[in-house]
Amino acid sequence: MNGFEYHAPDSLQEALQLLQQNGEDAKLLAGGTGLINLMKQRLAQPAVLIDLRKISDLNYVKPDNGTLRIGALTRHRQVETSAEVKERVPLLAETYKHVATVRIRNVATVGGGLAHADPNQDPPPAYLVLGASVKAVSSSEERTIPLDDFFVDYYETVLQPDEMLTEIEVPVPPANTGTAFIKFLPKTADDYATVSAAALLTLGEDEVCQEVRLAFGSAGSTAIRARGAEDMLRGQRASVEAFRAAAEAAKDEVDPLSDPRGSAEYKRDMAEVFARRALEQALADAQARLAASGRR
Amino acid sequence: MAQTIQLQVNGAPYEREIEPNRLLVDFIRYDLGLTGTKEGCSVGVCGACAVLLDGKMVSSCLTLAASVDGSSITTVEGLAAEDEMNAVQRAFVDYGGYQCGICTPGQVVAATALLNENPSPTEDEVKEWMMGNLCRCTGYYKILEAVMKAGAAK
Repeated sequence: MNGFEYHAPDSLQEALQLLQQNGEDAKLLAGGTGLINLMKQRLAQPAVLIDLRKISDLNYVKPDNGTLRIGALTRHRQVETSAEVKERVPLLAETYKHVATVRIRNVATVGGGLAHADPNQDPPPAYLVLGASVKAVSSSEERTIPLDDFFVDYYETVLQPDEMLTEIEVPVPPANTGTAFIKFLPKTADDYATVSAAALLTLGEDEVCQEVRLAFGSAGSTAIRARGAEDMLRGQRASVEAFRAAAEAAKDEVDPLSDPRGSAEYKRDMAEVFARRALEQALADAQARLAASGRR
Repeated sequence: MAQTIQLQVNGAPYEREIEPNRLLVDFIRYDLGLTGTKEGCSVGVCGACAVLLDGKMVSSCLTLAASVDGSSITTVEGLAAEDEMNAVQRAFVDYGGYQCGICTPGQVVAATALLNENPSPTEDEVKEWMMGNLCRCTGYYKILEAVMKAGAAK
């Protein structure tokens, strides 16, 4: 690993000033499980490293008016085990459980993961179907970015060199909603997916799909929403046939690359299979929730 | 530019000058001479370099020594009290939870972290937790048995 100038600022303001002064020469270090690996391989060679470990006020999970706010420096493991998350947005607790191993989840942060923007990560498709947005802050400005507009390319987001991601805002899904995250792992349980799929399904009267969202990981240069498939299902009655047709359409919305986890062609086929399964699982989840609320 | 860090390692205070790009695994092995912690894959997958950082299991190969300034580290050398092995170490010996031994320090550190958090884990919980520690001899059944026995013994 190359040498660098190291800072561990005590506050967010101080970190943002350092970021502004050093611009593209600087990198923010959160958990480090992504960045340190990139630095070891010299894929990232920052002249200045700004370690965020002393900034304690960005580590939280806060329910707020129909949303869940998660501080950017909250660890994966905290989200996975949080009672607030399990109760309000169980999809997130479930998804983080699939990331690597406990040892990595103890360290990796929610904001660091999103800013790392590796298309093979598990959380991005889940956040996409939940309609999440992120807060980005610089020393002079603050803006909210829907996650749909956040990812640009491999390891690239719309964050500017002087900006830091400080919070993720997740709308709590309506009661009649089911969700699913599934990951195709032909090798080992801690691996990146060959393809992953997340689905959210809000049921109306007569099991009509009021809202449907479907997204993939490991199926392109960023996490991908399958909007065409969603449009096919919105307003339709949830059924095996409808899901099958939508999943087939979703296959054309992904753009995977061949890698050791599968050829592009294979991943495309698996995207269809996992889209269908994710939709079926989200439907079963929605039905179970409706049945449980009917019993109350 | 070198900087000074202060930390506790296995209960003893240390103060050392380090370069910012010094990795924690190298600091532990070469600066402190505690060679029980191993470097295997160097990318956070194999678990051979597992140590406890303020009680939490982390990969020391993905951690900067500079980042642990002010923290408390426990390595495999710090698990035994005086001459008394901890329950996990005892069980690894009694139930043959090792073959060549290279992964054993990481396995023992990981299992100790598990039992600190969850004193009587189920077999599935042990498998899920320990999947981050690879054994190239594939001695997994014995490792699983040792961790289960250590949990039951607690």
